[in-house]
Amino acid sequence: MIPGLVKGLATTARTLTRRTHVQEYPDHRPELPPRSRGVIALLEENCTSCMLCARECPDWCIYIDAHKETIPATTPGGRERQRNVLDRFAIDFSLCMYCGICIEVCPFDALFWSPQFEYAETDIRDLLHEKQRLGGWMESVPPPPAPDPGAPPVAEVMAQRAPVRGAPRVGLAAGGRAGSERTAPERQGVRRPPSGSAAPPAPAASPKPPAQATEGEE
Amino acid sequence: MGALEIVLRAAAALAMLLVLPLLVGQTEHKVMAHMQGRLGPMYAGGYHGWAQLVADGVKFVQKEDIIPAAADRRVFKLAPALAMIPYLLALAAIPLHPGYAAIDAPASLVFVLAATSVGVLGTLMAGWASANKYALLGAMRSAAQLLSYELPMVLAVASVALAAGTLSLGEIVEAWSPWWLLWQLPGAVVFLTAAVAELQRPPFDMPVADSEIVFGPYTEYTGLRFALFLLSEYAGIVMFSLLFAVLYLGGWRGPLADWLGWAWTLGKGFLVALLLIWLRVSWPRLREDQLQRLAWLWLVPIALVQLAITAVAVVS
Repeated sequence: MIPGLVKGLATTARTLTRRTHVQEYPDHRPELPPRSRGVIALLEENCTSCMLCARECPDWCIYIDAHKETIPATTPGGRERQRNVLDRFAIDFSLCMYCGICIEVCPFDALFWSPQFEYAETDIRDLLHEKQRLGGWMESVPPPPAPDPGAPPVAEVMAQRAPVRGAPRVGLAAGGRAGSERTAPERQGVRRPPSGSAAPPAPAASPKPPAQATEGEE
Repeated sequence: MGALEIVLRAAAALAMLLVLPLLVGQTEHKVMAHMQGRLGPMYAGGYHGWAQLVADGVKFVQKEDIIPAAADRRVFKLAPALAMIPYLLALAAIPLHPGYAAIDAPASLVFVLAATSVGVLGTLMAGWASANKYALLGAMRSAAQLLSYELPMVLAVASVALAAGTLSLGEIVEAWSPWWLLWQLPGAVVFLTAAVAELQRPPFDMPVADSEIVFGPYTEYTGLRFALFLLSEYAGIVMFSLLFAVLYLGGWRGPLADWLGWAWTLGKGFLVALLLIWLRVSWPRLREDQLQRLAWLWLVPIALVQLAITAVAVVS
């Protein structure tokens, strides 16, 4: 028992002689690690009001209101199209538990983690951040960190680099293929002509345009 | 002794009671923090939080004075005073400088021990009057603890009195010699242990064990009355540290004792207070039965052996 008591005394005495590692917060800004979860930022242009985030949210703290607008046909006799217009997008940070599922599920990269954490309020109702405020957080979203050394390349990059088998690359494949909504030239380059008549669109192709693939939220 | 001198002495003792515990308390804040790798108070007062305890005092004064509906009101109100006044009296009797003590009693050693023993009454009254099971449990623990540790403490002190041949604290310091550091060492260890137990400080803080019985006898207290209990705890630390310095470390003895005697006493007492803080930071709380075992199976026999050694040395 006695050695243990002496050891305890020695430990505290040793700690007394060392400098503490305390960072005094308001005077000393914390150095946050990458991928810190401070607040959720909204990039409104990317949002399609698909409601996936609101539905996946475990505590239902995302509120979305949208309406449909009809876009007249661009060519005479063409079809009118409809698109969603976002009216309200709000996250109640008094309910949010910072799980980040909304950011994970967003198919169009409209939500991002920002390390900004200083938005405490004296009234709990002020923790409901509306579209404007959520958009304002976008300024503090850091660029995505570089992948860890030795990590495999991102899946989208791999798909781009994959050699195209068979057909020549750009724009020469059959243009009138059934069911191809997208008409970007890169997308047509990765078809596989000799694989039978009912071949689906190439599975290796990324569903996202490549400009977005490089700014993923990871 | 004129009336003016009495007033002056009383005022000096009161000033000591109000200032020294704050010094010890602030030291505890900072030393404990750094021993745990923290900084402690840093903002109050501007420089390293020196005014933290003043701010705490202001806060305590502002708080509502709540007395539970089922409490015994008069006893409940009286308890904090009864906890603190004994330490004030004991502190007044401790000589700081050659020939200077607020109370010059011929048998000041007995007076100090008697006064500190009354302090437990305040705790018991607080626990009983609160009409709260935790408070009552804490009060019972505290009473049991103080009864067990009174005996080894008195035995250890008796050995010092025997060695000095007097019951006056001032004369004990006069009779002290460095040789006592070795001769009275077992008694000193027993006295220090018993003092920590009487103060209900970790590792002997079962009466206020926060994980078991909230805050023991002080559970129902708020505001200024709670502050008085805290003040009495720190006054107790000051008192026992100074008493230890006087009994075992030679009080004002040291170079230039005629001018700096008071500084020697206070300095030695401060070192003992630092040791008490260090023990608090380093060691976990004992269990109630372990506490009783330690008192009766170890401290009392050691104190008795010390008494026998002293008696043999004095007689021969």
